[in-house]
Amino acid sequence: MMRRATRTGMKVGSHRVDPRPGEVIDRTTSFEFTWNGRPHAAHPGDTIASALAASGVDVFSRSFKYHRPRGLLTASYMDPGCMLQVGDEPNVRGAHRLVRPGMEVSSQDTWPSLSFDVKAVNELARRALPAGFYYKTFMKPARLWPAYERVLERFAHGGRLPAWDASTGSFDQRFAHPDVLVAGGGPAGIAASIAAAAAGASVMLVEEEHELGGHLRWGDEAELSALRSLRDSVAATPGIEVMTNAVVLGRYDDNWVSIVHRGLPHVEERLVKARVGALVVASGLIERPYVFAGNDVPGVMLSTAVRRLINLYAVRPGDRAVVLTANSSGDAAVVDLDRAGVEVVHVEDVRRGGDVVRVRGRSRVRSVELGDGRSVRCDLVVTATGWTAPVSLLTMAGDQPVYVATGARFRPDCANLPANVLATGGVVGDGDLDALVDHAAAVGHEAARRVAGDPASPLPQLDVAPHPALFRGRTHGIVDFSEDVSSKDLFSAVEEGYRSAELAKRYTTATMGPLQGKLETVNAVAVIAEATDRTIAECGTTTWRPPYAPVTLGALAGAEREPVRRSPMQTWHEAHDAVALQAGAWIRPDRYGDPNSEVAAVRDGVGIIDVTPIGKLDLRGPDVARLLNLVYVNKWSKLEVGRVRYGVMCSDDGVVIDDGVTGRLGDDHYLMSTTSSGATAVWEWLELWLQTEHPDWQVHVTPVTTAYASINVAGPRSRELLARVVDDVDLSSDGFPYMHVRTGTVAGVADCVLWRIGFTGELSFEVHAPAGYGLHVWEALVEAGSDLGARAFGVEAQRILRLEKGHLIVGQDTDGLTRAGSAGLDGLVRLDKPDFVGLPELVWHEDAGDGARLVALRTTDATTLPAEGSQLIAETGRLCGRVTSSRFSPTLGRMVILAQVDATLSPPGSEVTIRLVDGGTVRAVVSEHLAQVDPEGVRVRG
Amino acid sequence: MMQVPCPSCGPRHAGEFGYVGEIALRPDPSSTSPGEWREYLYQRRNRADWTVERWYHRMGCRRYFVVERHTVTHEFRTP
Repeated sequence: MMRRATRTGMKVGSHRVDPRPGEVIDRTTSFEFTWNGRPHAAHPGDTIASALAASGVDVFSRSFKYHRPRGLLTASYMDPGCMLQVGDEPNVRGAHRLVRPGMEVSSQDTWPSLSFDVKAVNELARRALPAGFYYKTFMKPARLWPAYERVLERFAHGGRLPAWDASTGSFDQRFAHPDVLVAGGGPAGIAASIAAAAAGASVMLVEEEHELGGHLRWGDEAELSALRSLRDSVAATPGIEVMTNAVVLGRYDDNWVSIVHRGLPHVEERLVKARVGALVVASGLIERPYVFAGNDVPGVMLSTAVRRLINLYAVRPGDRAVVLTANSSGDAAVVDLDRAGVEVVHVEDVRRGGDVVRVRGRSRVRSVELGDGRSVRCDLVVTATGWTAPVSLLTMAGDQPVYVATGARFRPDCANLPANVLATGGVVGDGDLDALVDHAAAVGHEAARRVAGDPASPLPQLDVAPHPALFRGRTHGIVDFSEDVSSKDLFSAVEEGYRSAELAKRYTTATMGPLQGKLETVNAVAVIAEATDRTIAECGTTTWRPPYAPVTLGALAGAEREPVRRSPMQTWHEAHDAVALQAGAWIRPDRYGDPNSEVAAVRDGVGIIDVTPIGKLDLRGPDVARLLNLVYVNKWSKLEVGRVRYGVMCSDDGVVIDDGVTGRLGDDHYLMSTTSSGATAVWEWLELWLQTEHPDWQVHVTPVTTAYASINVAGPRSRELLARVVDDVDLSSDGFPYMHVRTGTVAGVADCVLWRIGFTGELSFEVHAPAGYGLHVWEALVEAGSDLGARAFGVEAQRILRLEKGHLIVGQDTDGLTRAGSAGLDGLVRLDKPDFVGLPELVWHEDAGDGARLVALRTTDATTLPAEGSQLIAETGRLCGRVTSSRFSPTLGRMVILAQVDATLSPPGSEVTIRLVDGGTVRAVVSEHLAQVDPEGVRVRG
Repeated sequence: MMQVPCPSCGPRHAGEFGYVGEIALRPDPSSTSPGEWREYLYQRRNRADWTVERWYHRMGCRRYFVVERHTVTHEFRTP
């Protein structure tokens, strides 16, 4: 796309002027992009807005309510007039985003086109769209709200969202710990950074624009020269990390600071979270618009906007200019305009009583009426009427800004700031460049001292210079350009009783648009003060909250960094067509083929399943039995070495929180298993009781979940299979009975732990092998069992198997209110123990005898599977429970269902109705046992 | 996000910790009444003042410890 402009003769902009000393464009090349489908030329370094302005584009958007044409106002990130659509990205700040070759840029929310917008008829109906219009018009009757919503959506302002599955680029997060973070890379921010770094601090310097320099960038020769030397000093000072095109979004407790960093190579936006020793706010000043009739007509611009356009991008912003100036920025704009070949037809100086009454024109300024009544033909009106201090970061740190009437702006008070937040530069006060730099250097040095632990010493003063008070002129005009709120709207709101600035703001939506008050808050407060006959100081300002600048959801979410756990056998599973299941942190095989045939293999022969995710805790010490007695509801003091027991844990409210088996490997050595999802929580739970209630107990808890690879070998031929790979353990039913534990060598791997347990309801052995040998043991079992029909089974088959056996899963068949009794575990609970976690509640629960019960349901319809979560209905028609687990049982040829049902309906034989998802119903009867397969438990004991 | 002073690791980001909550003394289970037990389970003072509370340094030393925190200013002090 990049071509040499001179060779192709491509038109690079009729409004481009001769090279400026501080320009940021590269004139040696140019490229093409499109605006509303038409090709335009740009130079590297151009923003979208500067490139369009260079080719004479005046109108960039239509306003929010009345669809009035809007042009450039600030020519900066916060320009309300040029929020644009770029490709499938909406709401791009066109005066900030650098234009790229081939970029497809269009205006937003205009139909059928930007130059002829049908919705501009809104303006004819302006009297019918007063402040609070939505609240008044669309409130009643409430039943019509859906219809109103559809109409309003059409009039909503904003771009097109990308398709939900469109690629949105990559986003990222980063953590940083700078000693000093400087927010704002103007001369003060630069000087503060250099001083802090020179004093030994690590410094992060954050600048919203693409380059350091602030207002010096569009300044005169002397300012450009000062900027060059400041930039050279930054480069020569070690310990300063410069982040441009980045904005500090907010300041939180203990100087936790968030920053959005944009436009990085390969990363759209990065959210930087920084713990900062000292925060130095050097946010400068924002030029404030002037409120008068026609102040939003394209061609009315701030002095900083024309200075940016001319000095940074060599763009002539108009042909005939009238300048309203109250300060040196306006005076400098006059000089810049003149040098750029713009005819300055009139300078209206506020300091000599000048004023502007109204601008005439629609798509471009045609003339301006001055304070003395004269009308001057022109196409550009430049205003320089004052400044707003962006104090938001300071107010987030506790500052309450005070109004300085002589300077016509709020300034930070800084009295309430914590010692680790400082401010310098324009946001604090005025001065020439030397004064600003001296102040900033003192503040930067002090910030570094405070981080080093030195006591806070007082900071130099920087006073606000006198400035004429200019907010609204003699006519009404736009206050909030992004929300289309005029000073007249604010007067109406006050008349209707919304006299407080906070209320009038919410009623009119002034300051609530994309700019969040940066341009408009002080004007809004001034107008409200005028309308309520109060001073601005009496009115006060509104509250600033983070984020200071918009941030994408992508940056907030960041990149996916959740670690995924894989068992040592996962590669085997993947090589054998396992369908993956993400269960908590783990990737597991859900099935390898048909889960029903996997079930059949376990019931008839032998199957092996990878159960590595089961939580495992190694417990050692003389007091382990006391700990087990405390955290489990059943008795543990008499568990002999070599035995395994099933246990259930409750919290002190009696609710079941976890279950699993624990085996005693030696006198003072136990291995506890937990649910897969509860592994960490149980570990922390044990530590809580050990560290807080019983610090005298001698127990050492070590999580070993990933230290062992766990394999369950299940089925009537499991003993036969295991015997082929184990030779130092007697696997006979007398030598290794049900609910016992042995240690031994499996497939040549020593120190394996074997449990004889039976979650599936079949004879089964659970092998825990040192994780590094897990794959070896697994493959040995597969190979040894090939002639036995041994096959791997997944989580789905295991769920069917355990459901046939009536074994509950904590969290599936219980919920956050299920006490042990309700889970059908009464037989397990030993209420005669002197203490265990949850004891009193379980005693009272048993006494009351109410609540739900876990039961198995039997339906007569063998083809209808009631979905988990289906509701149960009693004969009386009231809800009486819900289905917690349901599957088709290939073993029984019918459905197997666990349900929570009211205690009154829990006796076997009780009838309930299951309401299906599709509205149909199925009759069900409560079974005698939870187990539907082998309720007597013969198989597991085989 | 505030920093929590861990007695063994020093000030660390609050996200590293589990918040156990205001200290509530566990009554003797053999003699407690439902009222007293549920007070222990559920009732917290939650005052806008100094509170005594327990934190757990989950991503650090894994110690449970007790600190005093001012619920308005988030200042910490050792009880």
